[in-house]
Amino acid sequence: MTNYGVAIREGFAYLLKKYPEVFVIGQGLWSPWYVGNSMTDLDKEFGIERIIDTPVSESACTGAAVGAALAGMKPIMVHPRMDFMLYAMDSIVNEAAKWSSMMAGQSHAGVTIRSIINRGGEQGAQHSQALHSWFTHIPGLRVVMPYSVSDARDLLIASVLSGDPVIYIDDRWLYSNEEVLPPVVELDLKTQGPKIMQAGTSLTLVAAGYSTHMAVEASGILATQGIDVEVIDVRVLSPLFPKLILDSVAKTGRLVVVDGGWSPTGFAGEVIATVTESIDPKLLKSSPKRVTLPFAPAPAAASLEKIYYPTTVDVVKACTESLKQ
Amino acid sequence: MKNFLSKKTLNRSGIESIKFEEKIKVMPESKEALTNSLIMMLKIRFVENKLAQMRKSGFIGGPVHLGAGQEAIAVGVSKYLRKSDRIFSGHRSHAHLLALGSEPRKLFAEVLGKKTGLSKGMGGSMHLWDQPNGFYGSVPIVAGTVPLAVGAALAAKKQNNGDIAVAYFGDGAIEEGVIQESLNLARQLEVPMLFVCENNLFSSHMHISQRQPLQSVARFAIANDIESEIVDGNNLAEIEKTASKLINIARTKNLPAFIEAITYRHYGHVDWREDIDVGVNRSSKDLNLWKTRDPIIRLESALFEAGMLTTIELDQIKLQITNQIDNDWELAVKDPEPEATSLHSEVYKQ
Repeated sequence: MTNYGVAIREGFAYLLKKYPEVFVIGQGLWSPWYVGNSMTDLDKEFGIERIIDTPVSESACTGAAVGAALAGMKPIMVHPRMDFMLYAMDSIVNEAAKWSSMMAGQSHAGVTIRSIINRGGEQGAQHSQALHSWFTHIPGLRVVMPYSVSDARDLLIASVLSGDPVIYIDDRWLYSNEEVLPPVVELDLKTQGPKIMQAGTSLTLVAAGYSTHMAVEASGILATQGIDVEVIDVRVLSPLFPKLILDSVAKTGRLVVVDGGWSPTGFAGEVIATVTESIDPKLLKSSPKRVTLPFAPAPAAASLEKIYYPTTVDVVKACTESLKQ
Repeated sequence: MKNFLSKKTLNRSGIESIKFEEKIKVMPESKEALTNSLIMMLKIRFVENKLAQMRKSGFIGGPVHLGAGQEAIAVGVSKYLRKSDRIFSGHRSHAHLLALGSEPRKLFAEVLGKKTGLSKGMGGSMHLWDQPNGFYGSVPIVAGTVPLAVGAALAAKKQNNGDIAVAYFGDGAIEEGVIQESLNLARQLEVPMLFVCENNLFSSHMHISQRQPLQSVARFAIANDIESEIVDGNNLAEIEKTASKLINIARTKNLPAFIEAITYRHYGHVDWREDIDVGVNRSSKDLNLWKTRDPIIRLESALFEAGMLTTIELDQIKLQITNQIDNDWELAVKDPEPEATSLHSEVYKQ
């Protein structure tokens, strides 16, 4: 069995071994503090020239990764916390995302920006954010959120080999999940889309990243009550291939989306809008629902954290309510 | 001007030591090279004058940021660059591009939004690309490409091919925090690159004295232990001397270097107007003074005095360039527009 964090490390090691143009840059890469077990000793195995721990400069480092990509490298920029990545928005949104289009496909910013959601533990509002929805709004970026252990490894590899700027987002809450890992497959990210994690007929439950973890747990609880929900792991949030989701909702007539971000203008809303504008409304047996964060910054107090972050129980409740309608 | 760079604090001469009226010293053996540099500067000037004229008369739909008056910097620096180097620039980039040998017709086509343009009509004047000539790209987000150049230099170091990166930016850009990060990162990672700050004393609309406590920006290089020189940006020979030295450091020692070239733009921030007294401390008196310091006129005078050029020869050169540019423009105007499919076709890599 391999856990999620180690699987990410295997993805890095595979890329670094096979592709000399791959290098990794970011803060905390020579330290066990920042990235859990997901990059252990990569610096020792591949050298500090290829695993570059950096000054406290998110903006310039991300820009440098973009520039290195334009010059033929396959860099991976690591932001151990998504909150700090906000310093790098120009390089991500104005430069990397638009480069191919602005330069008419003559040059591409093939950079992977790995960003970690690291929340809970009374860390409060600025050590907690899940901002995947922001990046799905930007044409030119691919946004990847692996849930399964094999995706953690294989979608990292696919991101780096895609030639496009990719926001790869993993969640510390998934690091201890375990799977028996099959051998590496080099996937073409362009062809990757949502996957059914659990087949069912009574309700479609859509999620990504850690939310898929809760969705899978919820489907197990509902199964004990004789309710078979279909769990779809989105995997690649942008560009979104919605067909699997549309077909599922057309079959079940019910939709619940679980999203680790806030509701307004968020990814859950995007999924619901895509479904409702694409399928025959007569097929819907109940109003689509979303399970998201309360619309407030994350609190520090443990007592408040308990009510702030949605749990599997909240997902079960949302499904039960949908099924009542 | 006030608030000159303090010699005491920085132990080097600043803007006040530059003699903008000084004659350019030319060596007799460099006649051909100097004439070629003059031709390039004239070509850039005439291209930009053409753009100004066509923008004013409405033939160009989008903004153009013209750098007339600043040509010597790009021409002097580019003399020591090669096609495999990685050059990045900002909104005022036409000179940086053309000095590398890029074709005016393709620039015209781009500015006109044509399929034959450098960025196939997707970029316009502010997003230019000509990598075969070393021009990796320009964007108008001030300072946006500076960290990109650091990364391209890091790549050059890893690729171990002796190439360098160049980041052109202005005195306004240096007020963006990312430049401080980029200087520190470039020095700390020891990457081969040249930072070129064209200090034309103005951001879009404010004089540097309204924005910074000192009027020279090389202090940011000094603070990051980067070899730097402040030069008269309107003196081609001085720029060549400095560029040669600093590019050699970057190329052979894998280190960043920094040129601050003091200059002045003849046009306003954007388009054809002169922007005199629109609340920006830019008077016609200053502009006229700086026009007497025109890098092209100064080089022409030096070549006349050294007997390397006659007025008849110069007139012939100018006529030839004008004809060529007029011809390029006419061709670009007739070029086709991009297909509607190009809206979507290059958002992601094919």
